Amino acid sequence: MRRFAFAALLVAGSATLALSVNAKPVDYELPEETASFKPGPNLDVVQGNCGACHSADYIQTQPRGPKFGKAFWQAEVTKMIKVYGAPIKEEDVPKIVEYLSTAY
Amino acid sequence: MINRRSVIKGSGALAVAFSPLQAFADSVTLPFGNGERPIVKVPQKRPMIGLTSRPPQLETPFSVFNEGVITPNDAFFVRYHLAGLPVDLDPDTFTVEVKGKVNKPLKLKLADLKRLPSTEIVAVNQCSGNSRGFFEPRVAGGQSGNGAMGNARWRGVPLKTVLDQAGVAAGAKQVTFNGMDGPVIDTTPDFVKALDIDHARDGEVMLAYQMNGADLPFLNGFPLRLVVPGYYGTYWVKHLNEITVIDTVFDNFWMKSAYRIPDNDCHCVEPGTAPKATIPINRFDVRSFITSVADGAKVKAGELTLKGIAFDGGSGIKEVAVSTDDGKTWTPAKLGKDLGKYSFREWQLPVKLAAGAHVLKARATTNKGETQPATASWNPAGYMRNVIEAVHVTAS
Repeated sequence: MRRFAFAALLVAGSATLALSVNAKPVDYELPEETASFKPGPNLDVVQGNCGACHSADYIQTQPRGPKFGKAFWQAEVTKMIKVYGAPIKEEDVPKIVEYLSTAY
Repeated sequence: MINRRSVIKGSGALAVAFSPLQAFADSVTLPFGNGERPIVKVPQKRPMIGLTSRPPQLETPFSVFNEGVITPNDAFFVRYHLAGLPVDLDPDTFTVEVKGKVNKPLKLKLADLKRLPSTEIVAVNQCSGNSRGFFEPRVAGGQSGNGAMGNARWRGVPLKTVLDQAGVAAGAKQVTFNGMDGPVIDTTPDFVKALDIDHARDGEVMLAYQMNGADLPFLNGFPLRLVVPGYYGTYWVKHLNEITVIDTVFDNFWMKSAYRIPDNDCHCVEPGTAPKATIPINRFDVRSFITSVADGAKVKAGELTLKGIAFDGGSGIKEVAVSTDDGKTWTPAKLGKDLGKYSFREWQLPVKLAAGAHVLKARATTNKGETQPATASWNPAGYMRNVIEAVHVTAS
Protein backbone atom coordinates (compact mmCIF):
# COMPACT_ATOMS: atom_id res chain seq x y z
CA MET A 1 0.00 0.00 0.00
CA ARG A 2 2.74 2.42 0.97
CA ARG A 3 4.73 1.54 -2.12
CA PHE A 4 1.69 2.24 -4.27
CA ALA A 5 1.09 5.63 -2.67
CA PHE A 6 4.68 6.63 -3.26
CA ALA A 7 4.70 5.52 -6.89
CA ALA A 8 1.42 7.29 -7.57
CA LEU A 9 2.70 10.49 -6.02
CA LEU A 10 5.82 10.26 -8.10
CA VAL A 11 3.79 9.92 -11.28
CA ALA A 12 1.35 12.68 -10.36
CA GLY A 13 4.18 14.95 -9.27
CA SER A 14 6.22 14.63 -12.44
CA ALA A 15 3.17 15.16 -14.63
CA THR A 16 2.18 18.34 -12.77
CA LEU A 17 5.71 19.62 -12.96
CA ALA A 18 5.90 19.02 -16.69
CA LEU A 19 2.73 21.04 -17.21
CA SER A 20 3.29 23.99 -14.94
CA VAL A 21 6.99 24.61 -15.46
CA ASN A 22 8.11 23.91 -18.98
CA ALA A 23 5.46 22.38 -21.22
CA LYS A 24 4.04 25.27 -23.24
CA PRO A 25 2.13 24.43 -25.31
CA VAL A 26 0.83 21.41 -23.46
CA ASP A 27 1.32 18.80 -26.20
CA TYR A 28 -0.73 16.16 -24.41
CA GLU A 29 -0.16 12.69 -25.79
CA LEU A 30 -2.55 9.79 -25.42
CA PRO A 31 -1.18 6.26 -25.53
CA GLU A 32 -1.82 4.08 -28.56
CA GLU A 33 -5.28 2.60 -28.89
CA THR A 34 -5.69 -0.74 -27.22
CA ALA A 35 -8.91 -1.98 -28.86
CA SER A 36 -9.00 -3.23 -32.42
CA PHE A 37 -11.91 -4.25 -34.64
CA LYS A 38 -12.66 -7.97 -34.50
CA PRO A 39 -12.16 -9.98 -37.67
CA GLY A 40 -15.30 -10.25 -39.80
CA PRO A 41 -16.85 -9.57 -43.19
CA ASN A 42 -16.27 -6.12 -44.75
CA LEU A 43 -13.71 -5.24 -42.07
CA ASP A 44 -11.98 -2.74 -44.37
CA VAL A 45 -15.22 -0.80 -44.89
CA VAL A 46 -15.80 -0.69 -41.14
CA GLN A 47 -12.27 0.43 -40.32
CA GLY A 48 -12.45 3.19 -42.92
CA ASN A 49 -15.87 4.48 -41.90
CA CYS A 50 -16.34 3.85 -38.16
CA GLY A 51 -12.66 4.10 -37.27
CA ALA A 52 -12.35 7.58 -38.75
CA CYS A 53 -14.12 9.17 -35.78
CA HIS A 54 -13.87 6.71 -32.89
CA SER A 55 -11.99 3.71 -31.59
CA ALA A 56 -13.26 0.13 -31.86
CA ASP A 57 -14.08 -0.07 -28.13
CA TYR A 58 -17.15 2.12 -28.77
CA ILE A 59 -18.56 -0.95 -30.54
CA GLN A 60 -16.89 -3.61 -28.42
CA THR A 61 -18.44 -2.39 -25.13
CA GLN A 62 -22.09 -2.23 -26.27
CA PRO A 63 -24.53 -4.68 -24.67
CA ARG A 64 -24.83 -8.16 -26.19
CA GLY A 65 -27.70 -10.56 -26.62
CA PRO A 66 -30.70 -11.19 -28.85
CA LYS A 67 -31.96 -7.60 -28.54
CA PHE A 68 -28.65 -6.29 -29.82
CA GLY A 69 -28.63 -7.87 -33.24
CA LYS A 70 -29.09 -6.54 -36.74
CA ALA A 71 -31.87 -4.03 -35.92
CA PHE A 72 -29.82 -2.53 -33.09
CA TRP A 73 -26.74 -2.09 -35.27
CA GLN A 74 -28.82 -0.75 -38.15
CA ALA A 75 -30.17 1.92 -35.79
CA GLU A 76 -26.67 2.75 -34.57
CA VAL A 77 -25.33 3.18 -38.11
CA THR A 78 -28.34 5.32 -39.01
CA LYS A 79 -27.66 7.47 -35.93
CA MET A 80 -24.04 7.91 -36.97
CA ILE A 81 -25.15 9.15 -40.39
CA LYS A 82 -28.19 11.26 -39.46
CA VAL A 83 -27.09 12.64 -36.11
CA TYR A 84 -23.31 12.69 -36.24
CA GLY A 85 -23.02 13.40 -39.94
CA ALA A 86 -20.89 10.39 -40.82
CA PRO A 87 -20.23 10.48 -44.61
CA ILE A 88 -21.01 6.78 -45.13
CA LYS A 89 -21.91 5.74 -48.69
CA GLU A 90 -25.35 4.21 -49.03
CA GLU A 91 -23.97 0.96 -50.45
CA ASP A 92 -21.66 0.60 -47.44
CA VAL A 93 -24.45 0.69 -44.86
CA PRO A 94 -25.60 -2.95 -45.26
CA LYS A 95 -21.95 -4.07 -45.31
CA ILE A 96 -21.27 -2.31 -42.00
CA VAL A 97 -24.48 -3.64 -40.42
CA GLU A 98 -23.59 -7.16 -41.55
CA TYR A 99 -20.14 -6.87 -40.00
CA LEU A 100 -21.40 -5.43 -36.72
CA SER A 101 -24.17 -7.99 -36.25
CA THR A 102 -21.84 -10.85 -37.16
CA ALA A 103 -18.72 -9.86 -35.24
CA TYR A 104 -20.33 -8.38 -32.09
CA MET B 1 8.28 12.95 -18.84
CA ILE B 2 6.89 10.13 -16.78
CA ASN B 3 9.36 7.43 -15.93
CA ARG B 4 8.14 4.25 -17.55
CA ARG B 5 9.46 2.00 -14.82
CA SER B 6 7.63 3.88 -12.08
CA VAL B 7 4.42 3.77 -14.09
CA ILE B 8 4.58 0.02 -14.49
CA LYS B 9 5.47 -0.40 -10.84
CA GLY B 10 2.66 1.93 -9.90
CA SER B 11 0.09 0.09 -11.93
CA GLY B 12 1.18 -3.28 -10.58
CA ALA B 13 0.99 -2.09 -6.99
CA LEU B 14 -2.35 -0.45 -7.71
CA ALA B 15 -3.80 -3.67 -9.02
CA VAL B 16 -2.68 -5.36 -5.81
CA ALA B 17 -4.29 -2.66 -3.71
CA PHE B 18 -7.59 -2.84 -5.54
CA SER B 19 -7.94 -6.53 -6.11
CA PRO B 20 -5.85 -8.80 -3.92
CA LEU B 21 -6.82 -11.90 -5.86
CA GLN B 22 -5.74 -10.50 -9.19
CA ALA B 23 -2.25 -9.18 -8.68
CA PHE B 24 -0.99 -7.19 -11.67
CA ALA B 25 -4.41 -7.31 -13.29
CA ASP B 26 -4.58 -5.47 -16.57
CA SER B 27 -8.34 -5.66 -16.83
CA VAL B 28 -11.42 -5.60 -14.62
CA THR B 29 -14.87 -7.02 -15.18
CA LEU B 30 -17.71 -4.68 -14.26
CA PRO B 31 -20.68 -6.62 -12.83
CA PHE B 32 -22.93 -6.60 -15.91
CA GLY B 33 -22.92 -8.37 -19.26
CA ASN B 34 -19.93 -7.62 -21.53
CA GLY B 35 -18.35 -5.68 -18.65
CA GLU B 36 -14.69 -6.52 -19.20
CA ARG B 37 -12.57 -3.35 -19.39
CA PRO B 38 -8.84 -2.78 -19.72
CA ILE B 39 -6.96 -0.94 -16.99
CA VAL B 40 -5.24 1.89 -18.84
CA LYS B 41 -2.56 4.39 -17.93
CA VAL B 42 -2.55 7.81 -19.57
CA PRO B 43 -0.45 10.86 -18.66
CA GLN B 44 -1.54 12.66 -15.46
CA LYS B 45 -3.80 9.77 -14.42
CA ARG B 46 -3.25 6.71 -12.28
CA PRO B 47 -4.35 3.38 -13.80
CA MET B 48 -8.04 3.83 -14.64
CA ILE B 49 -10.85 1.70 -16.03
CA GLY B 50 -10.74 2.26 -19.80
CA LEU B 51 -14.13 2.57 -21.48
CA THR B 52 -12.95 3.99 -24.81
CA SER B 53 -9.63 5.23 -26.10
CA ARG B 54 -10.58 7.69 -28.90
CA PRO B 55 -12.04 9.96 -27.70
CA PRO B 56 -10.85 8.96 -24.24
CA GLN B 57 -13.32 7.85 -21.58
CA LEU B 58 -11.96 6.69 -18.24
CA GLU B 59 -13.82 5.48 -15.20
CA THR B 60 -12.64 5.83 -11.61
CA PRO B 61 -11.96 2.48 -9.91
CA PHE B 62 -14.68 2.36 -7.26
CA SER B 63 -12.30 1.71 -4.34
CA VAL B 64 -11.04 5.30 -4.79
CA PHE B 65 -14.30 6.55 -3.27
CA ASN B 66 -13.40 4.83 -0.01
CA GLU B 67 -10.03 6.58 0.21
CA GLY B 68 -11.43 10.02 0.97
CA VAL B 69 -14.31 12.40 0.34
CA ILE B 70 -12.32 14.27 -2.34
CA THR B 71 -11.57 12.39 -5.56
CA PRO B 72 -7.90 12.95 -6.46
CA ASN B 73 -7.21 14.66 -9.80
CA ASP B 74 -5.28 11.66 -11.09
CA ALA B 75 -8.27 9.38 -10.39
CA PHE B 76 -11.05 11.68 -11.63
CA PHE B 77 -13.19 10.23 -14.43
CA VAL B 78 -12.87 11.43 -18.03
CA ARG B 79 -15.59 11.72 -20.63
CA TYR B 80 -15.36 13.24 -24.12
CA HIS B 81 -17.85 13.08 -26.97
CA LEU B 82 -15.71 14.04 -29.93
CA ALA B 83 -12.17 12.99 -30.77
CA GLY B 84 -10.77 16.38 -31.79
CA LEU B 85 -8.81 17.16 -28.62
CA PRO B 86 -6.84 20.44 -28.29
CA VAL B 87 -3.68 18.54 -27.40
CA ASP B 88 -1.34 21.39 -28.32
CA LEU B 89 -3.11 24.23 -26.52
CA ASP B 90 -0.91 26.93 -25.03
CA PRO B 91 -2.09 28.23 -21.63
CA ASP B 92 -0.17 31.51 -22.20
CA THR B 93 -2.06 32.40 -25.36
CA PHE B 94 -5.34 30.71 -24.35
CA THR B 95 -8.29 33.10 -24.30
CA VAL B 96 -11.94 32.74 -23.43
CA GLU B 97 -14.35 34.99 -25.32
CA VAL B 98 -17.53 36.44 -23.86
CA LYS B 99 -19.72 37.58 -26.73
CA GLY B 100 -23.18 37.68 -28.27
CA LYS B 101 -25.86 39.77 -26.59
CA VAL B 102 -23.49 41.70 -24.37
CA ASN B 103 -22.66 45.39 -24.23
CA LYS B 104 -18.90 44.89 -24.21
CA PRO B 105 -17.51 41.65 -25.67
CA LEU B 106 -14.49 40.34 -23.75
CA LYS B 107 -11.42 38.32 -24.58
CA LEU B 108 -9.85 37.11 -21.37
CA LYS B 109 -6.53 35.37 -20.96
CA LEU B 110 -6.00 32.90 -18.17
CA ALA B 111 -3.90 35.50 -16.34
CA ASP B 112 -6.77 38.02 -16.62
CA LEU B 113 -9.15 35.52 -15.05
CA LYS B 114 -6.70 34.72 -12.26
CA ARG B 115 -6.53 38.43 -11.34
CA LEU B 116 -10.28 38.51 -10.67
CA PRO B 117 -11.61 37.64 -7.19
CA SER B 118 -11.86 33.85 -7.01
CA THR B 119 -14.21 31.54 -5.15
CA GLU B 120 -14.04 27.89 -4.19
CA ILE B 121 -16.70 25.21 -4.08
CA VAL B 122 -16.65 21.49 -3.37
CA ALA B 123 -18.92 19.87 -5.90
CA VAL B 124 -19.65 16.49 -7.40
CA ASN B 125 -19.37 16.07 -11.14
CA GLN B 126 -21.29 13.07 -12.41
CA CYS B 127 -21.85 11.82 -15.93
CA SER B 128 -25.54 11.64 -16.94
CA GLY B 129 -24.91 8.04 -17.95
CA ASN B 130 -23.02 7.03 -14.81
CA SER B 131 -24.06 3.41 -14.03
CA ARG B 132 -25.70 2.94 -17.47
CA GLY B 133 -24.31 -0.60 -17.65
CA PHE B 134 -26.68 -1.58 -14.83
CA PHE B 135 -29.82 -0.57 -16.76
CA GLU B 136 -32.20 -3.44 -17.36
CA PRO B 137 -33.23 -3.77 -20.12
CA ARG B 138 -29.84 -2.61 -21.37
CA VAL B 139 -29.57 0.50 -23.52
CA ALA B 140 -27.00 1.74 -26.06
CA GLY B 141 -24.37 4.26 -25.02
CA GLY B 142 -21.28 4.40 -22.84
CA GLN B 143 -21.52 1.34 -20.60
CA SER B 144 -20.25 2.82 -17.34
CA GLY B 145 -20.17 1.19 -13.94
CA ASN B 146 -20.53 3.50 -10.93
CA GLY B 147 -17.22 5.31 -11.44
CA ALA B 148 -18.24 8.11 -13.83
CA MET B 149 -18.45 10.53 -10.90
CA GLY B 150 -16.09 12.43 -8.63
CA ASN B 151 -15.99 15.11 -5.96
CA ALA B 152 -13.47 17.96 -6.19
CA ARG B 153 -12.66 21.35 -4.71
CA TRP B 154 -12.98 23.71 -7.66
CA ARG B 155 -11.45 27.21 -7.74
CA GLY B 156 -12.17 29.88 -10.26
CA VAL B 157 -14.18 32.97 -11.09
CA PRO B 158 -17.96 33.08 -10.82
CA LEU B 159 -19.44 33.18 -14.33
CA LYS B 160 -21.57 36.06 -13.03
CA THR B 161 -18.43 38.20 -12.59
CA VAL B 162 -17.44 38.02 -16.26
CA LEU B 163 -21.03 38.26 -17.51
CA ASP B 164 -21.47 41.43 -15.42
CA GLN B 165 -18.19 42.78 -16.77
CA ALA B 166 -19.40 42.16 -20.32
CA GLY B 167 -22.84 43.55 -19.49
CA VAL B 168 -25.68 41.24 -20.47
CA ALA B 169 -27.99 43.01 -22.91
CA ALA B 170 -31.75 43.21 -22.38
CA GLY B 171 -33.69 40.25 -23.76
CA ALA B 172 -30.97 37.67 -23.08
CA LYS B 173 -32.41 34.17 -22.59
CA GLN B 174 -29.53 31.72 -22.46
CA VAL B 175 -25.75 31.45 -22.44
CA THR B 176 -23.96 28.87 -24.59
CA PHE B 177 -20.63 27.25 -23.79
CA ASN B 178 -18.17 25.86 -26.30
CA GLY B 179 -14.81 24.26 -25.62
CA MET B 180 -11.75 23.73 -27.77
CA ASP B 181 -12.48 20.02 -28.22
CA GLY B 182 -14.49 19.34 -31.33
CA PRO B 183 -15.53 16.91 -34.03
CA VAL B 184 -13.18 15.04 -36.34
CA ILE B 185 -15.28 15.86 -39.40
CA ASP B 186 -17.13 19.12 -39.95
CA THR B 187 -20.53 17.47 -40.48
CA THR B 188 -20.61 16.31 -36.83
CA PRO B 189 -22.34 18.82 -34.55
CA ASP B 190 -19.82 20.54 -32.27
CA PHE B 191 -20.33 19.95 -28.56
CA VAL B 192 -21.96 23.14 -27.27
CA LYS B 193 -24.23 23.37 -24.21
CA ALA B 194 -26.55 26.07 -22.86
CA LEU B 195 -27.83 27.30 -19.49
CA ASP B 196 -30.67 29.74 -18.84
CA ILE B 197 -29.42 33.26 -18.20
CA ASP B 198 -30.61 33.35 -14.57
CA HIS B 199 -28.84 30.07 -13.84
CA ALA B 200 -25.67 31.34 -15.54
CA ARG B 201 -25.79 34.44 -13.31
CA ASP B 202 -26.57 32.69 -10.02
CA GLY B 203 -23.05 33.28 -8.68
CA GLU B 204 -22.39 29.55 -8.22
CA VAL B 205 -21.72 28.54 -11.82
CA MET B 206 -17.97 28.91 -12.12
CA LEU B 207 -15.17 29.25 -14.65
CA ALA B 208 -12.77 26.90 -12.89
CA TYR B 209 -9.02 26.89 -13.48
CA GLN B 210 -8.09 24.80 -10.45
CA MET B 211 -9.14 21.46 -9.11
CA ASN B 212 -8.07 20.28 -5.66
CA GLY B 213 -5.42 23.01 -5.49
CA ALA B 214 -3.73 22.20 -8.81
CA ASP B 215 -4.20 23.03 -12.49
CA LEU B 216 -6.98 20.98 -14.06
CA PRO B 217 -5.60 17.75 -15.54
CA PHE B 218 -5.62 18.05 -19.32
CA LEU B 219 -8.38 15.44 -19.71
CA ASN B 220 -10.55 17.22 -17.14
CA GLY B 221 -10.60 20.42 -19.21
CA PHE B 222 -7.28 22.21 -18.81
CA PRO B 223 -6.91 25.14 -18.58
CA LEU B 224 -10.53 26.19 -17.92
CA ARG B 225 -13.83 24.39 -17.52
CA LEU B 226 -17.35 25.28 -16.57
CA VAL B 227 -18.46 24.05 -13.15
CA VAL B 228 -22.23 23.79 -12.76
CA PRO B 229 -22.81 22.67 -9.16
CA GLY B 230 -25.54 20.06 -8.76
CA TYR B 231 -25.92 19.58 -12.52
CA TYR B 232 -24.87 16.62 -14.62
CA GLY B 233 -21.43 16.68 -16.21
CA THR B 234 -22.75 17.34 -19.71
CA TYR B 235 -22.90 21.05 -18.80
CA TRP B 236 -19.38 21.17 -17.37
CA VAL B 237 -17.80 22.14 -20.72
CA LYS B 238 -14.06 21.47 -20.86
CA HIS B 239 -11.28 23.56 -22.48
CA LEU B 240 -13.90 26.36 -22.35
CA ASN B 241 -13.09 29.21 -24.76
CA GLU B 242 -16.42 30.60 -26.02
CA ILE B 243 -19.23 31.98 -23.88
CA THR B 244 -22.07 33.41 -25.94
CA VAL B 245 -25.13 35.20 -24.62
CA ILE B 246 -28.16 34.59 -26.85
CA ASP B 247 -31.75 35.85 -26.92
CA THR B 248 -33.24 32.52 -27.99
CA VAL B 249 -33.42 29.01 -26.56
CA PHE B 250 -30.43 27.11 -27.93
CA ASP B 251 -31.52 24.16 -30.06
CA ASN B 252 -28.46 22.33 -31.34
CA PHE B 253 -28.29 18.52 -31.30
CA TRP B 254 -26.67 18.40 -27.84
CA MET B 255 -29.52 20.36 -26.23
CA LYS B 256 -32.54 19.50 -28.38
CA SER B 257 -32.00 15.79 -29.12
CA ALA B 258 -29.32 14.45 -26.80
CA TYR B 259 -29.26 14.59 -23.01
CA ARG B 260 -33.06 14.67 -22.71
CA ILE B 261 -35.05 12.99 -19.94
CA PRO B 262 -38.75 12.14 -19.71
CA ASP B 263 -40.75 15.19 -18.60
CA ASN B 264 -42.34 13.65 -15.50
CA ASP B 265 -41.57 13.39 -11.77
CA CYS B 266 -39.49 10.21 -11.94
CA HIS B 267 -37.93 11.12 -15.30
CA CYS B 268 -38.73 7.56 -16.23
CA VAL B 269 -40.95 5.45 -18.51
CA GLU B 270 -42.02 1.81 -18.70
CA PRO B 271 -38.96 -0.15 -19.78
CA GLY B 272 -38.75 -0.40 -23.53
CA THR B 273 -41.12 2.51 -24.22
CA ALA B 274 -40.46 6.04 -25.43
CA PRO B 275 -41.39 9.17 -23.44
CA LYS B 276 -44.15 11.45 -24.76
CA ALA B 277 -42.31 14.63 -23.84
CA THR B 278 -38.74 15.32 -22.78
CA ILE B 279 -36.73 18.11 -21.15
CA PRO B 280 -32.99 18.75 -20.97
CA ILE B 281 -31.31 16.76 -18.20
CA ASN B 282 -30.54 19.01 -15.25
CA ARG B 283 -29.94 18.37 -11.53
CA PHE B 284 -28.60 15.13 -10.05
CA ASP B 285 -31.06 12.92 -8.28
CA VAL B 286 -30.06 11.63 -4.85
CA ARG B 287 -27.66 8.69 -4.61
CA SER B 288 -25.71 6.84 -1.95
CA PHE B 289 -23.10 4.13 -2.00
CA ILE B 290 -21.43 1.77 0.41
CA THR B 291 -17.72 2.17 -0.32
CA SER B 292 -16.01 0.12 2.39
CA VAL B 293 -17.08 -3.30 1.13
CA ALA B 294 -17.47 -4.37 -2.47
CA ASP B 295 -20.33 -6.44 -3.85
CA GLY B 296 -19.44 -10.11 -3.52
CA ALA B 297 -16.92 -9.52 -0.72
CA LYS B 298 -16.12 -12.00 2.05
CA VAL B 299 -15.94 -10.36 5.46
CA LYS B 300 -15.25 -11.47 9.03
CA ALA B 301 -18.38 -12.23 11.05
CA GLY B 302 -18.93 -9.87 13.98
CA GLU B 303 -18.53 -6.11 14.21
CA LEU B 304 -17.83 -4.15 11.08
CA THR B 305 -17.97 -0.43 10.37
CA LEU B 306 -19.68 0.31 7.09
CA LYS B 307 -18.64 3.51 5.30
CA GLY B 308 -19.88 5.29 2.25
CA ILE B 309 -20.91 8.47 0.47
CA ALA B 310 -24.14 10.23 -0.48
CA PHE B 311 -24.95 13.27 -2.61
CA ASP B 312 -27.74 15.03 -4.46
CA GLY B 313 -28.34 17.96 -6.79
CA GLY B 314 -27.90 20.66 -4.19
CA SER B 315 -30.38 20.49 -1.35
CA GLY B 316 -27.89 18.54 0.75
CA ILE B 317 -28.04 15.19 2.53
CA LYS B 318 -30.30 15.03 5.58
CA GLU B 319 -29.98 11.36 6.41
CA VAL B 320 -28.37 8.15 5.30
CA ALA B 321 -29.95 4.94 6.59
CA VAL B 322 -28.32 1.54 6.32
CA SER B 323 -29.87 -1.91 6.12
CA THR B 324 -28.07 -5.21 6.66
CA ASP B 325 -31.18 -7.32 5.93
CA ASP B 326 -31.93 -6.45 2.31
CA GLY B 327 -34.03 -3.40 3.15
CA LYS B 328 -36.34 -4.83 5.81
CA THR B 329 -35.00 -2.65 8.65
CA TRP B 330 -32.99 0.56 8.50
CA THR B 331 -30.65 2.32 10.94
CA PRO B 332 -29.51 5.94 10.53
CA ALA B 333 -25.78 6.28 9.90
CA LYS B 334 -23.53 8.99 11.34
CA LEU B 335 -22.87 11.67 8.74
CA GLY B 336 -19.34 12.95 8.18
CA LYS B 337 -18.12 16.54 7.86
CA ASP B 338 -20.35 18.82 5.79
CA LEU B 339 -18.28 20.21 2.90
CA GLY B 340 -21.25 21.97 1.34
CA LYS B 341 -24.51 20.99 -0.25
CA TYR B 342 -22.92 20.00 -3.58
CA SER B 343 -20.24 17.72 -2.10
CA PHE B 344 -20.13 14.01 -1.38
CA ARG B 345 -21.22 13.53 2.24
CA GLU B 346 -19.43 10.73 4.00
CA TRP B 347 -21.28 8.46 6.41
CA GLN B 348 -20.45 5.50 8.62
CA LEU B 349 -22.21 2.98 10.79
CA PRO B 350 -20.92 0.10 12.92
CA VAL B 351 -22.94 -3.05 12.24
CA LYS B 352 -22.87 -6.66 13.44
CA LEU B 353 -22.94 -9.42 10.87
CA ALA B 354 -23.62 -13.03 11.86
CA ALA B 355 -21.97 -15.76 9.83
CA GLY B 356 -23.76 -16.22 6.52
CA ALA B 357 -24.91 -14.21 3.51
CA HIS B 358 -26.14 -10.62 3.88
CA VAL B 359 -27.49 -7.95 1.57
CA LEU B 360 -26.28 -4.50 2.63
CA LYS B 361 -28.01 -1.33 1.47
CA ALA B 362 -27.68 2.44 1.97
CA ARG B 363 -30.48 4.91 1.36
CA ALA B 364 -30.04 8.68 1.38
CA THR B 365 -32.70 11.31 2.01
CA THR B 366 -32.19 14.95 1.02
CA ASN B 367 -33.06 18.11 2.92
CA LYS B 368 -35.94 18.48 0.45
CA GLY B 369 -37.24 15.05 1.48
CA GLU B 370 -36.31 13.22 -1.72
CA THR B 371 -35.08 9.68 -1.35
CA GLN B 372 -33.92 6.76 -3.49
CA PRO B 373 -36.33 4.27 -5.03
CA ALA B 374 -36.28 0.61 -3.98
CA THR B 375 -36.54 -0.56 -7.59
CA ALA B 376 -34.65 0.96 -10.51
CA SER B 377 -36.56 3.29 -12.79
CA TRP B 378 -35.81 3.24 -16.51
CA ASN B 379 -35.40 5.72 -19.38
CA PRO B 380 -34.28 5.07 -22.96
CA ALA B 381 -30.96 6.92 -22.68
CA GLY B 382 -29.86 5.25 -19.45
CA TYR B 383 -29.50 8.45 -17.41
CA MET B 384 -29.91 9.26 -13.71
CA ARG B 385 -29.76 5.82 -12.13
CA ASN B 386 -30.39 6.24 -8.40
CA VAL B 387 -31.89 3.00 -7.12
CA ILE B 388 -30.90 1.84 -3.62
CA GLU B 389 -27.84 -0.25 -4.44
CA ALA B 390 -27.37 -3.71 -2.97
CA VAL B 391 -24.03 -5.05 -1.76
CA HIS B 392 -23.94 -8.80 -1.24
CA VAL B 393 -21.44 -10.05 1.32
CA THR B 394 -20.69 -13.33 3.03
CA ALA B 395 -19.54 -13.23 6.65
CA SER B 396 -17.58 -16.10 8.16
